[in-house]
Amino acid sequence: MKVQAMVTAFNTIVIREIRRFTRIWPQTLLPPAVTMTLYFIIFGNLIGSRIGEMGGFDYMSFIVPGLIMMAVITSSYANVVSSFFSMKFQRSIEELLVSPVPNWIILAGYVCGGMARGLGIGLIVTLLSLGFTRLEIHNLPMVVLTVFLTSALFALGGFINAMLATKFDDISIVPTFVLTPLTYLGGVFYSISMLPDFWQGVSMINPILYMVNAFRFGILGVSDVNPFVALGMILVFIALLTAISLRMLKRGKGIRH
Amino acid sequence: MTNALEIEGLTKTYGDGFHALKGIDMNVRQGDFFALLGPNGAGKSTTLGIVCSLVNKTGGKVRVFGHDIDTHLSDAKLNLGVVPQEFNFNQFEKVFDIVTTQAGYYGIPLKQARVSAEKYLRKLGLWDKKDTPARMLSGGMKRRLMIARALVHEPKLLILDEPTAGVDIELRRSMWTFLEEMNRQGTTIILTTHYLEEAEALCRNIAIIDHGRILKHTSKRELLQQLHVETFVLDTETTLESAPELEGFPCRLSDEGALEVEVQKGQGLNRVFVQLEQRGIKVVSMRTKANRLEELFIRMVEENAHEASGDVA
Repeated sequence: MKVQAMVTAFNTIVIREIRRFTRIWPQTLLPPAVTMTLYFIIFGNLIGSRIGEMGGFDYMSFIVPGLIMMAVITSSYANVVSSFFSMKFQRSIEELLVSPVPNWIILAGYVCGGMARGLGIGLIVTLLSLGFTRLEIHNLPMVVLTVFLTSALFALGGFINAMLATKFDDISIVPTFVLTPLTYLGGVFYSISMLPDFWQGVSMINPILYMVNAFRFGILGVSDVNPFVALGMILVFIALLTAISLRMLKRGKGIRH
Repeated sequence: MTNALEIEGLTKTYGDGFHALKGIDMNVRQGDFFALLGPNGAGKSTTLGIVCSLVNKTGGKVRVFGHDIDTHLSDAKLNLGVVPQEFNFNQFEKVFDIVTTQAGYYGIPLKQARVSAEKYLRKLGLWDKKDTPARMLSGGMKRRLMIARALVHEPKLLILDEPTAGVDIELRRSMWTFLEEMNRQGTTIILTTHYLEEAEALCRNIAIIDHGRILKHTSKRELLQQLHVETFVLDTETTLESAPELEGFPCRLSDEGALEVEVQKGQGLNRVFVQLEQRGIKVVSMRTKANRLEELFIRMVEENAHEASGDVA
């Protein structure tokens, strides 16, 4: 396949993905906006005013970066896992399999589709947060880099989940029992310096802690971990999940007999 | 002339140990209208699935217009259009989007994809449904949508896996006309079908597959020459109480009260009519009991089943 044709195929997949999640916006764009607004009101305003400062900032300012990241992670993952599994379920994945699109273009297309939704939601939540607090960006490149890479990483995670899933239950297990607990325990609502030493150590093996803190560093300039170590970890995970995804596609895991 | 499809020693063993293909050799010439026939579970869809990359082969070689699918898969796929047996499009997408998206997967820019999509949707009578979500289409329309989608990148080889299954007679005939036209314009067509009259009407070459092996791979003409006995159904003017004795022609009454007469190859039908005339029986119409290909097909598959059971014993 020629380069220009590959670009066209890539654009086709991405546009198709964007068309899909915007067509069903009440299921994809609205719920995180509502949920995050509730978080801002309840945790930020009502409870936050009694908590006082955290990490040198008022509680609302402290949780905003974490909540934005939480929305990005969840949406990037959900978009790819539900879209790709639906294509498997309806067998419309065969449209792609019979075509000459290389596997890496298929993967890149789906990941970028997931990122489009994740980053779109991130933007919506950021705009909503401006109604509750002032956001002063401490390090813009760090903010952009962290949010893009994290979105890509979880879109890849969603892709692997969709490849392995054989029924609809399988695409909700990881988000419910893995992603949500790791996100809640990943320093979205608190600084791990509040925890006893043992639990601080346990928290350090949670990869989401690094992403939330790198993003928080970009916005507030404070972090529980070294943000550059966090970026390095994200890149390693992206390389690993990309390799796994491409291997699965090559072997046709769950999509070819 | 280049072969559109070359298959050598193709084998497929599924994860559960089932040997779906046991070493298939098959060639389809460029420009051919080719039928791959066989009973359910014979290996037709597995064979075509491997050619289209929907099924991983266990062994053997497949070349599409000379492009080996092991080494030049992308080139092979560019020449292929596929109409699968089951509906495999996103039911929530609009007809036009489904076809243009497929063109995009083949690297066709959107502007050009729209022109091509319109051309084939019009040809297949779906243009007025272009903004309709696919789930709202009738079964026949969905089949035509899959054909339009398969043709949007103008492939040189079109593979159709039971394209007229569940389609009414009128639509089936119009699809035959469309496919014949495509073939006349140079598209090589391979189809599987359970309607053997379809294969007899459309195809020039035929392969019969059963239990993962090719039983016959020849031209339709040669195949039909192997038919030694044909059964004709004769509708008589009056209802008969018993079948007449016809010299040289086994004869019986069918359930509908018509006569069924077996005619050996080379016997000719004139002697049947002369004898019936002598007995005062007037024939008002005549037809073959099954189409010729069907008779051959059933005989071959039964013989193969008999041999297979003999092997086991």
